[in-house]
Amino acid sequence: MSKKMSGASSLVQSLESAGVDVMFGLPGGAILPAYDPIFDSKIRHILVRHEQGAGHAATGYAQVTGRVGVCIATSGPGATNLVTPLADAAMDSVPMVAITGQVPSVAIGTDAFQEADIRGITMPFTKHNYLITDPKDIPRAIAEAFYIAGSGRPGPVLVDIAKDALQKETEFVYPKEVSLPGYHPQVDPENQAIKDAAALIAQSAKPVFYVGGGVIKANASKELMQLAELVGAPVVTTLMALGSFPDSHPQHLGMPGMHGTVAAVTALQKADLLITLGARFDDRVTGKLSTFAVNAKVIHADIDPAEIGKNRYADVPVVGDLKRTIAALIPAVKAEFAKNQPDLAPWIASMNKLRATYPLGYELPKDGSLSPQYVIERLSAITGPDAIYVAGVGQHQMWSSQYWHFDEPYTWVNSGGLGTMGFSVPAAIGAKVGRPDKTVWAIDGDGCFQMTAQELITASISNIPIKVGILNNSYLGMVRQWQEMFYGERYSEVDLGGGIPDFVKWAEAMGCVGIRVDSPEEVAPAIERANSINDRPVVVDFRVEEFEKVFPMVAAGASNDDIILPPSQNERREYLR
Amino acid sequence: MSTYPTPQRHHILSVLVQNKAGVLARVASLFARRGYNIFSLAVAPTEDPQFSRITIVVDVEGTTLEQIVKQLFKLIEVVRISELDPQKSVERELFMATVRTDGENRGQIVELANIFEAKVLAVGVDALTLSLEGSPEKLDDFEELLRGYGIVELQRTGRIALPKLDREAHSRAVKGKAS
Repeated sequence: MSKKMSGASSLVQSLESAGVDVMFGLPGGAILPAYDPIFDSKIRHILVRHEQGAGHAATGYAQVTGRVGVCIATSGPGATNLVTPLADAAMDSVPMVAITGQVPSVAIGTDAFQEADIRGITMPFTKHNYLITDPKDIPRAIAEAFYIAGSGRPGPVLVDIAKDALQKETEFVYPKEVSLPGYHPQVDPENQAIKDAAALIAQSAKPVFYVGGGVIKANASKELMQLAELVGAPVVTTLMALGSFPDSHPQHLGMPGMHGTVAAVTALQKADLLITLGARFDDRVTGKLSTFAVNAKVIHADIDPAEIGKNRYADVPVVGDLKRTIAALIPAVKAEFAKNQPDLAPWIASMNKLRATYPLGYELPKDGSLSPQYVIERLSAITGPDAIYVAGVGQHQMWSSQYWHFDEPYTWVNSGGLGTMGFSVPAAIGAKVGRPDKTVWAIDGDGCFQMTAQELITASISNIPIKVGILNNSYLGMVRQWQEMFYGERYSEVDLGGGIPDFVKWAEAMGCVGIRVDSPEEVAPAIERANSINDRPVVVDFRVEEFEKVFPMVAAGASNDDIILPPSQNERREYLR
Repeated sequence: MSTYPTPQRHHILSVLVQNKAGVLARVASLFARRGYNIFSLAVAPTEDPQFSRITIVVDVEGTTLEQIVKQLFKLIEVVRISELDPQKSVERELFMATVRTDGENRGQIVELANIFEAKVLAVGVDALTLSLEGSPEKLDDFEELLRGYGIVELQRTGRIALPKLDREAHSRAVKGKAS
């Protein structure tokens, strides 16, 4: 059935046909024709204050729902303001469709007002992108965009549409299926690869599950639990995988990497086998690659064949959807264990000793000032593992990853690969829109908060009652930490000028409740009060100790063997040898 | 001296792509951002106007051919990639050069062109423009010999290649047609 309508109506009907229930955006000249049918659409449109907010909100929505997040902007600056969220989404494999208006097709290439070659700009960090100049191509492009964004290794897809294509009359026919001759993600793993992987697991005395964000993308947490308990090996979950395996599980050693736990980092270093599931040997995990897990063989399972062998040779490559891969591994491992099951007891005992010797921990400031880790710990304990936690980038993000307790997938949202400051407030808005039933807490640094705080106006006006805790140390804290440790305490351009702005007044001006917390005893009451407010956003300004650092730490470019312990654990260093 | 890299480092990729605007930019951008080296590149539509074939000679140093192929294949509009083994493929390239001549040596240059079966495309008072189609190695030799006379301008197309036909399969097909 086809119907005559404008290209703009065809776009909105295509989005409805793709199952879109919400989109985040901001109108402007070239996209104006689309905003007319949006006015009548059943799709909820959330008007942001800056297009970057629309992009990160789409990511927050996608990361907690597993669905494709949608953002929309106009040409030129509107489109270029989406560049950061698109790059962020590409790094973290976030399914996203971005719609942008483009100048009329006759003006393309003439440096017209608000013209930017957004397709050219975003080629390196979109999974695919389109420039549409003929209205009849709109439904097919939208259908393909959603299919590409959400299938295989998810990622962002941009659809740029010339203004005249939105204005012209066209026939709307939404394709029943899409056919892309060059795109056939391999979902079923090969039997031989599964057999080889199972055989290697049955031969290993010191295996570790190295679990990445792909497990969450594949919704494979249940399968992971079964396989992990079957094998009995320690599990480490990367920054992108927090929640995919419960923190409370006895096999869980924590997060590996630059600010990972000693046990998780060392388990990878000393393992004889890495069972790598949806992880990509990122430099923040491996440290100096040539010294990473030198005695380990590698099973590398991923939906993206290009990740396998990119940074680290894989002894057993397994390409496929992780849910199917892990499900196939379970009977294969059982069959191998029936012949030979290795004794992991000595390995597990040594890892448990590491965990007991080097727990995550911090010292409370002697002057009674507020410890940022304490704030995170109390927030997690009071609010519980059912809530959704969203972080920006920096010290507060790392403390959040360390001291928040995760037991469920889809409860943690952060900017992992790109490390985008300013991510958390808009991403939390998207998360709350995606899961209105959940309490959503954003934790932000005072540096990050000042980049995108204006989206709290969006949250107030659109009734999206998120909670934001600012760990306010008046510094660009992570940069300050590096300057203290690696640049001789020369604090160049990191002092944010203590006391300005007044975050409580700012919050109130944006329609939020603002709360200030200066001392440890005020922490719990403030969190409880914030949790009790559900009719507007809440901002809690936690004035924390300025010079606290994140530990453990593997310095950039250093070997994981040279992990820097918290000062209080230095005398225990010999256990690491 | 050959202008081509040593055979161990150079590989020919025949990349079948959907014939869409911007597809060459995607391929070029991928090579640029991942630090892969393109030695030469030729692109044109195939027998099916929906598809184009890009013949890329890649200079593989510091990165594996496997990784280049995998990353290329992630481009949605890349349909098929074949690595052509120089031993099992036929390669051709076109060469054009304008060579300075003082009149006295014009005969020598024309004789050289005749030996290589090159064509004289244009004749000027003090220059000749020649063209030669053939295997890249043959073109290398011709270029080297012309250098002694003084090359004013040189343009090569980059190689195009197709797999050599399997004689048995081909003869079977011919038989099939005949009967």
